[in-house]
Amino acid sequence: MSRPVYLVDGARTPFLKARGKPGPFTPVDLAVQCGRPLLMRQPFAPTAFDLVILGCVNVIQDEMNPARVAALRLGMGEQQVAFTVQINCGSGMQSIDTAYRYIREGSHEMILAGGTEALSHAPLVFRREATEWFGEMAGARGALDKVRAMAEVRPDFFSPVIGLERGLTDPITALNMGQTAEVLAHRFGIDRTTADAYAVQSHQRLAAAQEEGRLDGEVLPAFDHDGEAHARDDGVRPDSSIEKLAKLDPVFEKPYGKVTAGNASQITDGASWTILASETAVEAHGLTPIAKIVDSHWAALDPAIMGLGPVLAATPLAQRHGLGVDDVDLWEINEAFAAQVLSCLAAWQDEDFCREVLGYDGAFGRIDRGRLNVDGGAISLGHPVGTSGNRIVLHLANALKAAGGRRGIATECIGGGLGGAMLLEAA
Amino acid sequence: MTDVLDEITPDAQTEAAPAPDCRHWRMETHDDILRLWLDCEGTGTNVISEAVLRELDALLDHAKGEAPKALVIRSAKPSGFAAGADIDSFADLRGPQAKEKLEQGHAVLDKLEALPFPTIAVVHGHALGGGFELALACDRRIGIEGVKLGFPEIQLGLHPGLGGTFRLTGLIDPVEAMQIMLTGKTAHDRKARKLGILDALLPERHVEAAIRDMAAGGGAQHDTGFRASALRTRPARSFAATRMRSESEKQAPRAHFPAPFALIDLWEDHGNDPEAMQAAEIASFAELLESATAQNLIRVFFLRRKLKEAGRGTDGIAHVHVIGGGMMGAGIAAWSAMQGKRVTIEDIDLPPLGKAVKRAAEIYDRKHLTGIEARDALDRLMPDPGGLGRARADLVIEAVPEKRELKEKIYRGLAETMKPGAILASNTSSLRLSDLVDAAPAADRFAGLHFFNPVSSMQLVEVVSHDRADPATLDRLAAFVTGIDRLPARVTDYPGFLVNRILAPYLMEAMVMLDEGMAKEDIDRAALAFGMPMGPVTLADQVGLDICLEVANSMRTSLDRPVAKTPAWLREKVEAGETGKKAGKGLYDYAAGEKPPKEPDEDAAPETCDRLILPMCDAAVECLRKGVVAEEDTLDGAVIFGTGWAPFRGGPMRYARTRGVSECRDRLQSLVTRYGERFTPDQGWDDLD
Repeated sequence: MSRPVYLVDGARTPFLKARGKPGPFTPVDLAVQCGRPLLMRQPFAPTAFDLVILGCVNVIQDEMNPARVAALRLGMGEQQVAFTVQINCGSGMQSIDTAYRYIREGSHEMILAGGTEALSHAPLVFRREATEWFGEMAGARGALDKVRAMAEVRPDFFSPVIGLERGLTDPITALNMGQTAEVLAHRFGIDRTTADAYAVQSHQRLAAAQEEGRLDGEVLPAFDHDGEAHARDDGVRPDSSIEKLAKLDPVFEKPYGKVTAGNASQITDGASWTILASETAVEAHGLTPIAKIVDSHWAALDPAIMGLGPVLAATPLAQRHGLGVDDVDLWEINEAFAAQVLSCLAAWQDEDFCREVLGYDGAFGRIDRGRLNVDGGAISLGHPVGTSGNRIVLHLANALKAAGGRRGIATECIGGGLGGAMLLEAA
Repeated sequence: MTDVLDEITPDAQTEAAPAPDCRHWRMETHDDILRLWLDCEGTGTNVISEAVLRELDALLDHAKGEAPKALVIRSAKPSGFAAGADIDSFADLRGPQAKEKLEQGHAVLDKLEALPFPTIAVVHGHALGGGFELALACDRRIGIEGVKLGFPEIQLGLHPGLGGTFRLTGLIDPVEAMQIMLTGKTAHDRKARKLGILDALLPERHVEAAIRDMAAGGGAQHDTGFRASALRTRPARSFAATRMRSESEKQAPRAHFPAPFALIDLWEDHGNDPEAMQAAEIASFAELLESATAQNLIRVFFLRRKLKEAGRGTDGIAHVHVIGGGMMGAGIAAWSAMQGKRVTIEDIDLPPLGKAVKRAAEIYDRKHLTGIEARDALDRLMPDPGGLGRARADLVIEAVPEKRELKEKIYRGLAETMKPGAILASNTSSLRLSDLVDAAPAADRFAGLHFFNPVSSMQLVEVVSHDRADPATLDRLAAFVTGIDRLPARVTDYPGFLVNRILAPYLMEAMVMLDEGMAKEDIDRAALAFGMPMGPVTLADQVGLDICLEVANSMRTSLDRPVAKTPAWLREKVEAGETGKKAGKGLYDYAAGEKPPKEPDEDAAPETCDRLILPMCDAAVECLRKGVVAEEDTLDGAVIFGTGWAPFRGGPMRYARTRGVSECRDRLQSLVTRYGERFTPDQGWDDLD
């Protein structure tokens, strides 16, 4: 069985830049913030879904299986089945892909698929020895034992490692994600100025999209308990310039590296949901699809060059559907790093690469910057890892509709050496 | 959909058969443990009535003969153990008759206490007053999680009268025991366990095991501790009693509230002699019962019940949409969400919505919601800048600024979006519904729902009708109000409706007094001496001088009677932005640290008081004559619960009747001569005699 699957609606929170302390929302709080108004604007009850799938990488202790916690807090009913998926930076797209396949195969009619991440809540992780010491202290019986245990304390027990830093380091190659972008920049000859220029454009595009209302309805305000109303992605810097960015030092590989805080994605909190529906559900509830999900593909490669994931994942989609570079009206390539996106573009223009790696006769071609990440990306709005994949699919659908385009591909690189891609068509 | 948990939970607390010749008790024995289930006939809430005690008396005799391993007393009502004594039956008791009934009740509980085998009370939900006293007469108490025990008698101008005074002070630290009885606050599960009121605190699923354990003589014993033994000497008690008296005086003056002082005397005099304390408790309770304070406060209890009864039935309202994120809108939204409604709150700006969420979080904190309860309430409360809730809500409450055109514009916008059958209610306080109804999407499903500020502490809500309102709409609104644990008062579309109409002269006369050169503190302290919770000057600042000005204007234009003039300086103050407490400066300068007085001036000139209070009584008479409210009881209840009007005086109408109708009218007449036409007694006084 192969039934059409539609993306009928979706919404996300503003992406909120992590500012050195835990932000106002946990992962599930974020999912509830944008989920409530999204469900409220549907013509059906929140209990009408067959399934909830939520991508989340850094699940916090209080919210195991955040999909289920979110579903219950959203009033979707005790009988709402819900599970969480984790494929690192691809989690938010994995949720859509799983939903898409379930509906396509006929076992489900309507699924709420999202992604959420509160990177500002990433825990402090104590060293293993410190954890063992805590256990020993807790188990110590009697004063003497306690004194003995106390004596074993070492100062470095109290300098915890930020879990996020560990999460952003590849366990196989021990390379930080930023370093994998450095590898690509080197291989594809991306210079610092080009990377910075790309980043500036990302900010300008997001600022323009905000100003011109292109995110209205997609980004819904979030309200925290301290009375703050968060209306927009707050990492955007409309006044960013190549001159300003040029002043920043490389973050990962000093002093010659090309990846800086200015041309890398920001660390942020945010959640995004999409509603996927079968034709039956669309008719039953009188829904208006935004886009049709046509195909998806996942690919894997050496973790040291995980940034090329989009090339390896999106190309098979183009090949399966016989699409040349200009047949795709809009592209969303998640901006993990400017150098990484630019390397992907360079790879598709590289004849040797396309021949040897992708099996083309010549170069796949040049993706026009006018078709790529038209309303900004993770460099300007941030990269809540479990959410980004969901956001790019949702925004691609909305942007396709707004532009009257026919076809679009959303794709992302995934830490650990993976890539995910999804092909959408105007509904 | 089937709720599985519901499916596997028994419908009833017990299937035990009714005890022989009993209407209020069920009885069963298994494993040689006798269980008595209190199950008052024809009601969902147990009360300890004379009949309950009489039947219990016989059952105890039966138990004595059976000599079981243990006796268990618990409630068959899912709602709780028992709400207290049967106020209906003892309210009218007087003198020797009261004493006799009390002694009979005491004898039953004494009999329970004297049984030679272990007696165990299992309490859940509320165990208040007489219910708490029944549990105290048992040897042991098992609390089911969530249980609340307390003595609300003090709020009725009484103290415990069925043995509570000596049993609780004997059981736990007497200072804590006195605290519970003096404040009327309930001890919630873990607190009750910690104090030693409960021997065990368990979920229902472990109760049987605990009963068996206790029947066999097991289960932890508690220790009343060092302080309890120290307080066995009279000097120690006197020392503690002095402190309690000064605390009580701060809360409520002895002149108006004698009960706390009677209770302190009881304990100070007899704290080491339960028998003497028992006799003294009976005598003191009987005496208090006859006091005007207790009689009026008991009446207030009945008034509350009466208001509640006016809001019976189902509201069919699951989702409330509030338009307007100001103080009132936010308060209504936060409260409704806390009471389980799904709520959306709409405003044209985001910042007020943010503030509304913050305010809700603060209210939930103040109301001691657990983390999970607060989270769920906040999840139910959705800020809704897009107005998505308009189409989903069963009730839309408009709480935008008091501008007619603005309200009308909003109403017209709702016509297309509101769902069929949904009600539109306005929280207006100064506009007339008859002026707004034409813009409403459906006149029959439009009405007033007038909340008081702050919503989380003011219990009254006026349900305001108009000529074209469907009675079913008003019924649903009243049921909604009861459903969110507020008290509905049904009133008609009159200037200021009921409560503000009555309160207006209080505020307006204070302005005149200020204009005459009286000190604001003196005015406030005179009102406090009468028993008002807040002097009129303080209240004006609290309400907002801008609102006061608006109310004064609307009274002047829409009432066909003379009203007090508004001094020019009041308008100037408002124009200068000195609008009261919210602005940091009004009649008092809060920003500069000025604080309104709290101590009543018992020597205030009676005339000051009369000028403030009698016009309220007069307005009450006018409202009755005009049919703004159906009857005196509802009026008094509404004014007490809407304003805190001296409850021990029973409300403006009760006060007028106590003072004498002709005396009030004559006094008003004499004020006319001295101060002007605004004191002219309403013609309705003539119909009261």
